[in-house]
Amino acid sequence: MQHGKYRFIAGFLIVPLAIYAVFVIWPFVQAIYYSFTDWTGLSPDFKMVGFDNYTKMFDDGTFWKSAQHSVTYVLLLPVVVLALALFFAFMINVGGRRRKDAAIAGVRGSAFYKIVYFFPQVLSIAIVALLFQFAYNPRNGAFSAILRGIGLGSVQPDWLGDPNLALWCIMAVLVWTQVGFFVVLFSAGMASIPKDFYEAALLDGANRFTTFFRITLPLLWDTVQSGWVYMGILSLGAEAFAVVQIMSVGPGGPADSTTVLPLLVYQKAFRDGQAGYATTIGVALLIITLIFSAIVMRLGRRERLEF
Amino acid sequence: MKTTDTPPPADADRTAKVPGQGGPAVPGTRAKSDEGPGRSGGVLNVFSHGVLILWAFLVVMPLAWAVMTSFKDDRSIFNEPWSLPDKLHWDNWSRAWTQAHMSDYFIHTVIVVFCSLVGTLLLGSMCAYVLARFDFPGNRFVYFLFVGGMSFPIILALVPLFFVMKNLGLLNTTHGLILVYIAYSLPFTVFFLTSFFRTLPTSIAEAALIDGASHTRTFFQVMLPMAKPGLISVGIFNFLGQWNQYLLPTVLNTDPDKKVLTQGLVALATSQGYKGDWSGLFAGLVMAMVPVLAAYIVFQRQVQAGLTAGALK
Repeated sequence: MQHGKYRFIAGFLIVPLAIYAVFVIWPFVQAIYYSFTDWTGLSPDFKMVGFDNYTKMFDDGTFWKSAQHSVTYVLLLPVVVLALALFFAFMINVGGRRRKDAAIAGVRGSAFYKIVYFFPQVLSIAIVALLFQFAYNPRNGAFSAILRGIGLGSVQPDWLGDPNLALWCIMAVLVWTQVGFFVVLFSAGMASIPKDFYEAALLDGANRFTTFFRITLPLLWDTVQSGWVYMGILSLGAEAFAVVQIMSVGPGGPADSTTVLPLLVYQKAFRDGQAGYATTIGVALLIITLIFSAIVMRLGRRERLEF
Repeated sequence: MKTTDTPPPADADRTAKVPGQGGPAVPGTRAKSDEGPGRSGGVLNVFSHGVLILWAFLVVMPLAWAVMTSFKDDRSIFNEPWSLPDKLHWDNWSRAWTQAHMSDYFIHTVIVVFCSLVGTLLLGSMCAYVLARFDFPGNRFVYFLFVGGMSFPIILALVPLFFVMKNLGLLNTTHGLILVYIAYSLPFTVFFLTSFFRTLPTSIAEAALIDGASHTRTFFQVMLPMAKPGLISVGIFNFLGQWNQYLLPTVLNTDPDKKVLTQGLVALATSQGYKGDWSGLFAGLVMAMVPVLAAYIVFQRQVQAGLTAGALK
């Protein structure tokens, strides 16, 4: 029996563990190691260079620009997305005011909103990025046509071609894709808040703002916090890579105005033949991700104690 | 780090409530009593309804625009981006499907995602079952090894992964891509299913064992069927993730003949090899969009529950 048990355990674990170790764990461990080498990725020869890559990174202007953009993304995107999503979710689930039936309900058509808002989430980020790239086309894209249509033809931004505007245009696309997801997520959280809390608040004459800040937000805080971390990792990682790589000029341009850390890792490794240096930047990205998660967790803990 | 703070079963519970509580109850109870004007804060009502409608419009408009554009000819795409098509140019669609190889990309994506999904669910549930139900030395270690994989940026592993694949002769192969998809889907799948298996009652499995069923048989004939709701949730999550995957194939799958859908579309758009056939490109985009959107509209409750259950890794 015991013998059979261990054979069974080993039999069930071996294949998934092997696949996971070869394709995930091993590359991660190697990445840290390669960040201390001068490996080009093209030839099999490389040697240890100690912290050379790291000092090189600190002198690299493109790295600092990418880091600055990535940090902008991670600070701004979650705030915008979560604030919009919280507002929509509150309106959809709690915002309605009825005298009959339940005291607490969403506004009219809330089921419809919940379905429609989620649309972008099921689409590939690559497809979304392509779509908006066309829409941003300055001469014949959809947005410029709208401006012309409402008589603002003289204001003809270059959208993705304008170094001061491109980053924000791309960020808007990430907001567009993500809000619906968090609306649904927060709706699920709000559905589990006991109705009598709201009823009691209503009896006391609380308006929507008080209800939101005194009941919904505190009770939803755990979900918001997890969502915050999730959104942050997303805006530092694969999703940000995809939109910037597909939409921006260059990619990363114009004049490095849109480049982000994951894109830089990709370019150094697969375009410039600096695999070792690329992993160094990857390690920096990992550290930023971890710092961000730690800060959010910390902030969240303090916040929770207040209530 | 993310996982230890929120107890997983609570998450699973919460999201399980979505379809029942949030979904159908909402429209039914309100439709009738909605006629009268909002008593409290009429201005606020108008404002918030306005914002809700505006956002719905902002979401739908680009998609509708893409569908509309896919039926237009090149000249009207450029000259009047917002005009309706003069007639339905179905030839855009057939051109994209055949000449632009959308059919090849589509079929390849279906193969890759189908195999990866089956593999992910099978291997993930085997692993999760063992981790949830058996005590053995190293259980916690293996669990955290998997769960830890969720919080690291994939991009960091990509460079070495490229060379691991190259050395194993797996670069630009369909089975190689499938293996990588499975590997990167495992952390979340194992995490989610482990907490799910823990919530299942033990008595039935024990009864099966006493009746003489082997562990393997108990798993496949008793536990796996019982885990169906969890498998569906995590399956939807993985399906969308794998179907929409862009980063992994971009790096590991550079053979032009073996592109997946997202890659194929991006390649079409960026390379000028498509001879400026914008209408065909839009047809391709819509082709890649519509099946998932249609599936979502049909199964929206399951998709929303599955994806949000998956979110809080």
